[in-house]
Amino acid sequence: MSSVLFDVPGPRARMRHRAYAVIGIAALVAAVGFVVLRFAESGQFEGSKWDWLQYEKVQLDLLSALGNTLKAFAAGAVLALLFGAVFAAGQLSDHAVFRVPSMAVVEFFRAVPLVVLIFVFHYGVSLGAPFYSVVLGLTLYNGSVLAEVFRAGVLSLPRGQSEAAYALGMRKTQVMNLVLLPQAVRAMLPAIISQLVVLLKDTALGFLITYEELLYYARYLGSIFEFGRPLVPVTIVVAAVYIVMCLLLTWLAKTLEKRNRRSKKVIEAKTPQAAEDVVAASV
Amino acid sequence: MDVLLDNLDLYGPGFLNTVELFLISAVGSLVLGTILAMLRVAPVPVFRFAGAAYVTIVRNTPLTLVFFFFAFAFPLLGIVDAGTFGGSASSYYWAAALAALILYTAAFVCEVIRSGINTVPVGQAEASRALGLTFGQMLGSIVLPQATRAVVPPMMSTLIALLKNTTIAAGFSVFQAGSISLNLSERGENQLIGLLWVALFFVVLVIPMTLLQRSLEKRWSVAR
Repeated sequence: MSSVLFDVPGPRARMRHRAYAVIGIAALVAAVGFVVLRFAESGQFEGSKWDWLQYEKVQLDLLSALGNTLKAFAAGAVLALLFGAVFAAGQLSDHAVFRVPSMAVVEFFRAVPLVVLIFVFHYGVSLGAPFYSVVLGLTLYNGSVLAEVFRAGVLSLPRGQSEAAYALGMRKTQVMNLVLLPQAVRAMLPAIISQLVVLLKDTALGFLITYEELLYYARYLGSIFEFGRPLVPVTIVVAAVYIVMCLLLTWLAKTLEKRNRRSKKVIEAKTPQAAEDVVAASV
Repeated sequence: MDVLLDNLDLYGPGFLNTVELFLISAVGSLVLGTILAMLRVAPVPVFRFAGAAYVTIVRNTPLTLVFFFFAFAFPLLGIVDAGTFGGSASSYYWAAALAALILYTAAFVCEVIRSGINTVPVGQAEASRALGLTFGQMLGSIVLPQATRAVVPPMMSTLIALLKNTTIAAGFSVFQAGSISLNLSERGENQLIGLLWVALFFVVLVIPMTLLQRSLEKRWSVAR
């Protein structure tokens, strides 16, 4: 192992690293131990606080709350991808009539916090059911970020691709649809899926406007007196559910990326950094 | 315009609190994120594991859930006395919001720094070691200057995201820009116009940051 910062360690360095490892393990055990101890002392591990897991009604409600989360995610994802495709096309247009408004729309929705967007739709315009406000907010925000991802993907392709297509006599729409987009989407697939992870996490904002998703139900469940107000156990379970869902999506992205890398057909994006930036922008 | 001018007593403190929340959590998450990045590139496997575990867990948890934990669940653990934070509920929520923002953003800062260090070709460091440079010299004059170039644009993105994320605190009893509209409705003002002013505030703050980020990216991407 030779990283940028450290050489392959010699015998003395190995001894030192072993000492560090012991200290590190001790610190880690101490930190985890402290947390577990605190949880135990404040009674979070008592059986009574976990009883709720056994009730069928609770399980079903938890599932339906999860269903609501996934529903918002699915609707938001599909619409955001559509929105992103349309506005990426707009931004890449040769006509200023389409280009300038598309850029303005994308910049605007990227700049406004998602919470404020959702509040605008829920409290400002009163869209009715919180579901609509959540989905619309997710669509506009993530759609704008995806538009940037698509645009970066198309721009990262070598110029020769479109030049050759034009030389063959294709029209601009054909060049875009048949030559550029298929390559760009494959190159940008990891970035697109990372953005979908962000979208999945952001469905939790529905909690703030009483959309009955996972977090909202967790709040309710955690306050039930008969179960001993199991707020901490419920939070742990819900966090685990979110983490598993996001890791599954991330795993999908990694698998796709690996498959892409194996296949020779994919053209290396000129600036992989650009894609990473777009993703980082969408925390 | 009237909504803004009539309620300057809401907007002024609201925006100020947002900026304050942003600045404190930016400094905090930069410090914590750097420490995490150091753990993640350390030669000792345990350190790398600890850093990676933290980043994986936190990155895949919704920020709203992190806020949720600190606002509602954390007090039940009895780790700190509520009295430590000035005693009042609002000062506790303020501290909870800071903790949530710092712990969450630090994971992203860590990833940015780590990927920045990784963009420096290994040969650069190997060459500097072959020339007999000490670790400090190598870091200070070879690796970090190059890493910084790669890091600054995505770091700006992370900070922009942090600025926008401060508004989530509105749902957890912290008064800042995101909660202005909720207070406006109590006064019977038009919420839509009130919210549009808040949105405009963020556009005015964020777009210059985005432009700066883009120009930095263009100017600094020449080198390699």
